[in-house]
Amino acid sequence: MGYPDLTDVVIAGGGIVGAACAWEFCQAGLTAAIVEPNVIGGGATGAGMGHLAVMDDSEAQFALTRYSQLLWKELAERLPRGAEYLPCGAIWVAADAEEMAEVHRKRACLAAHRTPAEILDSQSLAEAEPHLRPGLAGGLLLAEDAVVYPPYATRFLIEEAGARLYPGRRVVQLSDEGPTLDDGTFLPAACTVIATGAFARELVPDLPITPRKGHLLITDRYPDFLNHQLIELGYMKSAHLTYSDSVAFNAQPRLTGQVLIGSSRQYATEDRAIETNLMDRMLRRAVEYMPDLAGVSAIRAWTGFRAATPDKLPLIGVCPGYSNVYLATGHEGLGISTSTGTARLLADLILNRESAIPRAPYLPGRAYTHDRSVH
Amino acid sequence: MIGLFINEAHVRVNPGTSVAAAILIAGREAFRTSVSGQPRGPLCGMGVCFECRVTLNGVAHARSCQIVCEEGMQVRTT
Amino acid sequence: MIVVVGAGPAGIAAAVRARQCGKPVTVLDDNPTPGGQIWRGGRGPAWLAKFSRSGAKLLSGTRVFGGDTSRRILRAETSTGAQEISYDALILATGARELFLPFPGWTLPGVTGAGGLQALVKSGLPVAGKRIVVAGSGPLLLAVAATMRKSGASVPLVAEQASSLALLRFAGGLSPAKLLQGSVLATTSFRPGSWVRRADGNGRLEKIELQDGKIIPCDYLAVAFGFVPNDELAICLACDRQETESIYHAGGHAGGPSGSGGVELSLVEGEIAGYSAAGRTDLAQKLFPKRAAALRFAGRLERTFALREELRILAETDTIVCRCEDVPFGRLQTADSWRAAKLHFRCGMGPCQGRICGPAVQILFNWRQESIRPPVFPARISSLISTDLISNRSDSSMEPFTK
Repeated sequence: MGYPDLTDVVIAGGGIVGAACAWEFCQAGLTAAIVEPNVIGGGATGAGMGHLAVMDDSEAQFALTRYSQLLWKELAERLPRGAEYLPCGAIWVAADAEEMAEVHRKRACLAAHRTPAEILDSQSLAEAEPHLRPGLAGGLLLAEDAVVYPPYATRFLIEEAGARLYPGRRVVQLSDEGPTLDDGTFLPAACTVIATGAFARELVPDLPITPRKGHLLITDRYPDFLNHQLIELGYMKSAHLTYSDSVAFNAQPRLTGQVLIGSSRQYATEDRAIETNLMDRMLRRAVEYMPDLAGVSAIRAWTGFRAATPDKLPLIGVCPGYSNVYLATGHEGLGISTSTGTARLLADLILNRESAIPRAPYLPGRAYTHDRSVH
Repeated sequence: MIGLFINEAHVRVNPGTSVAAAILIAGREAFRTSVSGQPRGPLCGMGVCFECRVTLNGVAHARSCQIVCEEGMQVRTT
Repeated sequence: MIVVVGAGPAGIAAAVRARQCGKPVTVLDDNPTPGGQIWRGGRGPAWLAKFSRSGAKLLSGTRVFGGDTSRRILRAETSTGAQEISYDALILATGARELFLPFPGWTLPGVTGAGGLQALVKSGLPVAGKRIVVAGSGPLLLAVAATMRKSGASVPLVAEQASSLALLRFAGGLSPAKLLQGSVLATTSFRPGSWVRRADGNGRLEKIELQDGKIIPCDYLAVAFGFVPNDELAICLACDRQETESIYHAGGHAGGPSGSGGVELSLVEGEIAGYSAAGRTDLAQKLFPKRAAALRFAGRLERTFALREELRILAETDTIVCRCEDVPFGRLQTADSWRAAKLHFRCGMGPCQGRICGPAVQILFNWRQESIRPPVFPARISSLISTDLISNRSDSSMEPFTK
């Protein structure tokens, strides 16, 4: 790949996934360019929670999240302070006996995959998180979960990669020889990667990606209020629903001492405005789990759009209809988490390397089946 | 006169005095420590800059320039 | 019900006139007492007396953090609770705040806004025997200097950045009354064409340095660079803040396009808004000439006291620009938009929501600010939750969080 004006990889989308890809390609000795119409990390990347999670909704989801989590851990050593990497761990909170049974199931599954997970009973949960309401059944502590501040990490990865930036520009046409930008520029490239998230259908109209809106809210600084990322076990039910709006309690301690509160999921809307009824439901749910949140000062609320696919797995691989155009999108709520694994798998594919985990479940053009749960 | 506590020191002020003024009367210049460790005091005097925030009766982030002193208030600078 | 947000001169005038037209009026104000900034402490002219007699309902200590124009409600909180306030007509009289341009040392305790120091003194801060430098631009400097002297402070310097020439031109157009006021307030310590280059001190302000290198020891530095309208609520409610007439259905504001028009403009705009909201456009129209005159005066003020270029380049690499998040100027120079500065460097992500750094950054970098989302002011989570649910809760969950 020696043409001076031929970029090895042009990446459409300057979010965390695009940035991670640029970084991976750079590690492999390739040149990368990023085309981003707005602010680096300003899309779903900037709206999301930055929880580097392990999820076990399916074998394939577990494999990708766990692999990515380990890659993040390696990367963490190089992340600057502004990326706010915090290895705080996560607790899946069980409200009742039924959810506690799920805790046990989860732990067994994670143990089988050699992922540390510790069961907390009611008392240990209260000790771990004093501001949770009394009377919860317990929880599952995943000590290797961490949190990060994605926009800064995104910026850092792009700078480290030495990727050439085309700011304020948008890819409007794809070809196997390279993409064309909205100002008419044709960028000769050996490969093009589409990492544009929820609105990837603007480039590839029949992609099975739909935007799924979410609300978030961040508080003022209350150091020591929250110790771990908290997720209610009902979160899985929320993420599962394919037809209705839902909320689930999610709270994250930031390095700044702020508490980040989520989450909500909505279909069939592309309106960016904050919707009071969903914000209400989300906040009420949060206050149910942590009553002291009621008196905490909130300074900002916003929305974002996740890129959802029918089977909740991303699209990583050759874009149907092309030979040199690749997809790295469709990450739903796990874009930050699995950006590292996505980038590595994609680089493996392009460079014809073996991957540490099977790539097949994420290939575009696959048949979609639902509920491929581990159990 | 109204009595209140600024960092546990008892101070007496005229009725109608703001908590911010009371803190300065008590001789405390730094109301809070900024995120990089700098001492900060009131700037705008009208409740929009948040530099004058203190913990008031256990509540964090109270804008002291907008609050009138009441008997027995417990004010902590941070 | 006519709801007025803000109990400064504009809001007070609006409430008084609307009440005189027989309408029920509720005024919401964040401050503990009415009068806004310029009449802080409740002292002030006849308008405040008229207001207290008017029968308007005043909710002090009440800050509006959002609303819904389709339902004609505002959402506000106090230190102990939150409520929804319904309106038939809404008058936004949220006034203005001071513009701050960063310079080395501006974050030291002891450096305040000029109006800010005046507010602190009026709310009980003793300054007798203190040395206070007043610097910046505009008539406010002399007014603040006078207040400080009356309170027993010494004012070794009033540094006005506008040139003598600009001031003479301005004075040429003033009425004798205003000239007299100016000469009474002016002293030999007034220096046009000068500005503060830096402030220094160990843990708090100890001295300032002027543009010519002259050093002046002082206890307080009160700076006034101008004003910025508090239009966050208006923008969030999708009001056009330039529109002062069509208030009743879409909200509006009083106080002048830049908030710097002086009390006269605020008052007449408030009166117009009050009459208009009460359906008396005939009375409102009678005031248009007065408003036009006040607007012209405001325009002359703006031109006379326009900030010179040197003030835009006072900040050094390590000068803090965003005070909530301690973001220095040098960092911001590597961002290419307000949104990037926010997302990457946290500028404007603190509780002031960009009220202090935003206008500065707009002047320093010419960045356009983003749209405003609720909450337009920090609010407790319990306040953000629908108030129909709040009525079912016990009081303790509405109280602020205590450790």
